[in-house]
Amino acid sequence: MADSDGRQIDSINHAADGDGKGHGIVRAKTEGKELTKEEKQRLRKEKKQHKKNKKDDKVPTEKEKEKEKPSVQAPSKPVTQSPTHKAAAPVPVSASASESLAAAEKPVKTKAELRAERRARQDSERTSKQGKKEGGQQSTTSKPKASPSELQPVVKRLPEHVQVDDPAALKKLAKKLERQQVPLRSDYGYKVSLFSHLHQYSRKNPPTQQISIPATVIHPSVVRLGLQYSQGIIAGSNARSVALLHAFKQVIQDYSTPPNEELSRDLVNKLSPYISFLSQCRPLSASMGNAIKYIKKEISNIPSQCKEEEAKGKLQECIDSYVNEKIILASEAISKYAIEKISNGDVILVYGCSSLVNHILCDAFEKQRKFRVIVVDSRPRLEGREALRRLVKKGIRCTYVLISALSYILPEVSKVFLGAHALLANGYVMSRVGTSQIALVAKAYNVPVLVCCETYKFCERVQTDSFVSNELDDPDDLIVTRNGKTHLENWQTVKSLGLLNLVYDVTPPDFVDLVITDLGMIPCTSVPVVLRVKNVDQ
Amino acid sequence: MPGADKETDLSERIESFLSELKRCGSGAGSLRGSAETARETSALLRRITAQARWSNAGELMEIIRKEGRRMTAAQPSETTVGNMVRRVLKIIREEYARSRGSSEETDQQESLHKLLTSGGSSEDNFRQHFPHLKANVIEAINELLTELEGTTDNISMQALEHIHSNEVIMTIGRSRTVEAFLKDAARKRKFHVIVAECAPFCQGHEMATILSKEDIETTVIPDAAIFAVMSRVNKVIIGTQTVLANGGLRALNGTHTLALAAKHHSTPLIVCAPMFKLSPQFPNEEDTFHKFVSPHEVLPFTEGEILSKVNAHCPVFDYVPPELITLFISNIGGNAPSYIYRLMSELYHPEDHEL
Repeated sequence: MADSDGRQIDSINHAADGDGKGHGIVRAKTEGKELTKEEKQRLRKEKKQHKKNKKDDKVPTEKEKEKEKPSVQAPSKPVTQSPTHKAAAPVPVSASASESLAAAEKPVKTKAELRAERRARQDSERTSKQGKKEGGQQSTTSKPKASPSELQPVVKRLPEHVQVDDPAALKKLAKKLERQQVPLRSDYGYKVSLFSHLHQYSRKNPPTQQISIPATVIHPSVVRLGLQYSQGIIAGSNARSVALLHAFKQVIQDYSTPPNEELSRDLVNKLSPYISFLSQCRPLSASMGNAIKYIKKEISNIPSQCKEEEAKGKLQECIDSYVNEKIILASEAISKYAIEKISNGDVILVYGCSSLVNHILCDAFEKQRKFRVIVVDSRPRLEGREALRRLVKKGIRCTYVLISALSYILPEVSKVFLGAHALLANGYVMSRVGTSQIALVAKAYNVPVLVCCETYKFCERVQTDSFVSNELDDPDDLIVTRNGKTHLENWQTVKSLGLLNLVYDVTPPDFVDLVITDLGMIPCTSVPVVLRVKNVDQ
Repeated sequence: MPGADKETDLSERIESFLSELKRCGSGAGSLRGSAETARETSALLRRITAQARWSNAGELMEIIRKEGRRMTAAQPSETTVGNMVRRVLKIIREEYARSRGSSEETDQQESLHKLLTSGGSSEDNFRQHFPHLKANVIEAINELLTELEGTTDNISMQALEHIHSNEVIMTIGRSRTVEAFLKDAARKRKFHVIVAECAPFCQGHEMATILSKEDIETTVIPDAAIFAVMSRVNKVIIGTQTVLANGGLRALNGTHTLALAAKHHSTPLIVCAPMFKLSPQFPNEEDTFHKFVSPHEVLPFTEGEILSKVNAHCPVFDYVPPELITLFISNIGGNAPSYIYRLMSELYHPEDHEL
């Protein structure tokens, strides 16, 4: 082992001779991932400077750069194993190359081309350097353990799906999708000016239409999942998360580590284009985001000595236990707490279709509580009808109204139970559009509002209004035909007419009286405490 | 005989009016606006005055009251009819008093002193016969009709005083008064309108198409999004079906939610309502206040098995308390909700509150 380490350091020094940033690479190898990030950031800044200085002779300098590459490549051959380190090592190489050539008209594009060529070359070179690679791996496995102990002072990057009005961000996304071979979905229809920073897609053009059959880059179960998301067949945050995890289980089952790759790193990379594809089909929900973070963490924690079958089995087990703990058992726990809040003779109001709230009500009914339910529904999704069917099948007495009749029905109500899509760190509840309205009117009539939410939906974002981060659904859903007349049929032709179909809204914490989670019953403002406790646990 | 013909003709007209009233109340708002109903009612009352047989004011008032009761019974939610009847009754009282020579004010004011000293009602005063009473009453009703024709214009003329440029205005459902109001303002100012569609009848769609044809930037939102977008709204301008005696409203369902959301964001709520919508009713009658239409609008028959096990409600109106309203804009100008009771005492005689 020591021998190979020694050899590795020698080879690193060789590479160090080639450029001025060798010490940076040595540091990167031994001290972990964060420094590599800093390294990358520094290099990026330098590149920007070069861009400012020289803005001419793009094409010939590119060619020259490519020619220079092979000569510089040789000493850095044995250095890299993982893609991140691949990026770190060639970046100083190309930085020096650009320095020498005094070009860097478009470093982004050239970097991508360079990277692709480098990867191809290194793949072939790797086969001859097995031994050195194994030595290097031991130093790199220490890196994932380093990060969780500190409070991450990460520069938070804004998610792409709220930057639709920024053409640079759109270009970046298009390039990324092209690289991953994921189809880009185009926006549909006239967007209301207040929401020009969000995507608006049409259900009639799912991105799956642009994928060839058989899908080579994207696993078929993920394609199917994407279609189900974009058509609204799977809706509701729990259902979406569970479906996502099942699809990933399938992916892991069918995955086989390519030669000279490590499962913990390669599988994470394989998942990235799938995630991009799914977010093109429908923006990811907070619960899905947390689930994906968990999977990625579990995958990267797989020790390298683990055999492939064993690793895969372990991952499948992890996913199963996540679903079991965070979703199924959590709902049991929440139901136990909630049933204390339901007394005989209650009239309970629910909105839309929340799987958790339905479960609570069915449980309470089985435990012989006497109550009746009022289901409030809203256009255009009309999800309340699904909840109505489930409750009626159980035998619960139900009333059904639309949300515009809320003021009429609320004097009869004794409690309001609401589900949540996510709970934000400043105590706001993000849920289906209309929830905040229900909470508002309930407050005006002094009816207690209880929100039921599992802890895996807690998220670190903060938001104060429903505009900055939301989802725009297909605007054609609002069109309705009444008495043979469809007024909005040709809304696209009228240029001053816009349709707005929001999916989510945020409820301020002063409207919510209690949040029932699997950890207990907490006030809305205790969400950051729970998040902190969770982080410390992990 | 010409007299008999006239009578049958009159009763035919009344019958046809009643059947129209019964028909048009089948939810989805009225087939025609309240202004038209008011005009038709007044025209019909004028005809009754002209063609019915009566010898003194008291008899005329009896006839009109009887017809009025029939008309309001045909469609209780259409309060404009009852309001017009009360207006005409007041006109008759005024004309009678003028013919008699006594000033109207002393008859109107019911001071506590008068209640103690005078005791009985002044009904027996109406037995005197005046030859010109018929002509006077018909002339006064003509004036009323002219006033009715100009109400929408009077309201729209005030639009520029209330809408500044680049505003975002929210409205709900379809109101012809608000439509005229916004169209008038759009001639000179640029602003953005958000229309809540007001399920299940979705009249907001029609409103939005009409407004967008006038080049007003319009957005249609579902009712569930009212609170979500309210933070960006500068003013809420709505119409109403009736203005109640306490300054509250009986408006389309969903208006109370809109008013609460506006109050939460401290957005002014402006109600555009012509005076003939002011009704001396109070909102206390729980069972007669609401009107329901077929729950088929809410839960269609295609839902099948669950229909028999579920109660579905489809109320048409909502009560909005006066504390949530900022301003009333009517054809006689702007008023605060606390002033409505005063306006009402000028329009109707207290004895006519119960027809």
